[in-house]
Amino acid sequence: MEFLKFFSRKQENSKEVAKERLKLVLVHDRSDLSPKLLDMMKGDIIRVISEYADIDKENMAIKVTKMKSEKDIAPVSALVANIPIIKIKDNKKSAI
Amino acid sequence: MDNEKLGTAIVITSGKGGVGKTTTSANIGTGLAMMGKSVVVLDADIGLRNLDVVMGLENRIVYDLVDVVEKNCRLKQGLIRDKRFEKLYLLPAAQTKDKSAVKPEQMLELVGELKKEFDYIIIDSPAGIEQGFQYSIAGADQALIVTTPEISAVRDADRVIGLLEAKGVYNPKLIINRIRPEMVKKGDMMNMEDISDILAIDLLGVVPDDEEIVISTNKGEPAVIEGKSLAGKAYMNITKRIMGEEIELLNLDSNNESTFNKIIKLLFGK
Repeated sequence: MEFLKFFSRKQENSKEVAKERLKLVLVHDRSDLSPKLLDMMKGDIIRVISEYADIDKENMAIKVTKMKSEKDIAPVSALVANIPIIKIKDNKKSAI
Repeated sequence: MDNEKLGTAIVITSGKGGVGKTTTSANIGTGLAMMGKSVVVLDADIGLRNLDVVMGLENRIVYDLVDVVEKNCRLKQGLIRDKRFEKLYLLPAAQTKDKSAVKPEQMLELVGELKKEFDYIIIDSPAGIEQGFQYSIAGADQALIVTTPEISAVRDADRVIGLLEAKGVYNPKLIINRIRPEMVKKGDMMNMEDISDILAIDLLGVVPDDEEIVISTNKGEPAVIEGKSLAGKAYMNITKRIMGEEIELLNLDSNNESTFNKIIKLLFGK
């Protein structure tokens, strides 16, 4: 879709800037976890997963978002982690 | 069970100040009364009372919310009857007290009493998320979030939505106020889809930025009464949606003013 932007006559509208900034700021506002706690949790998650696989620490993302629950009317918080795996380790504890 | 009626209490809130909560409360309350409903509009902004002047009832105030809550007067004495609609009443805020004068439990009890007598209780919440907000939402069955198409207002709205959920007020509905169609068209203002998507709540209505609001506030006559202005029409639409009617949103993204006006005419007659 990038090429469509190229052909459109105008540069980015200020509305798009507002939306991007707003989305970013809301990610932080919405998380009940403090950034410090989230960092600690991230560190622990990395440590555990690293026992089993090499992961791409540069490109991983862990954040808290709100999503609509299907059963309940109250939205729920969800921890969303995107952790690219480079290689699964041959673990000394062989599977099963 | 007795056959007392049980009305609906709706809190109008926003987080940010100056987005149009009081104007929205006055117009929705008046609109519901115009549709034949019995209504109390309750000014919960203790210390910064304004719903009275927007409704044009400032000269009739004797008792106020704090008097009622502290039982210095009977509930009926605190209610001011509107000069235009006989089933419309205002319960004004106290002007010389502060937000610590009312507790959430007292508000819950008061709103419970009002629900036995009226179809709708419209609670005009103060700005902010402190005490005033906390007691304002205490008795509410539903919440309407008012925002404008600005980052700061939308951000605060998001915060308030979270706080409402935490207090068990689910599924708030969104009112976007002061939309400027020409700026939306140029891509310099977030449109209604942008905002309702980001906030992930249902849109109840959109109110265009309209000079008539200034004029109607000057006169103390909510725009919905005269009903010819765009904002007045938008508020009547919102009123009808609250009553469960399905009414299309105003098409504010229309390409030119004349088509836009045609659509308005199609939708509303005249």
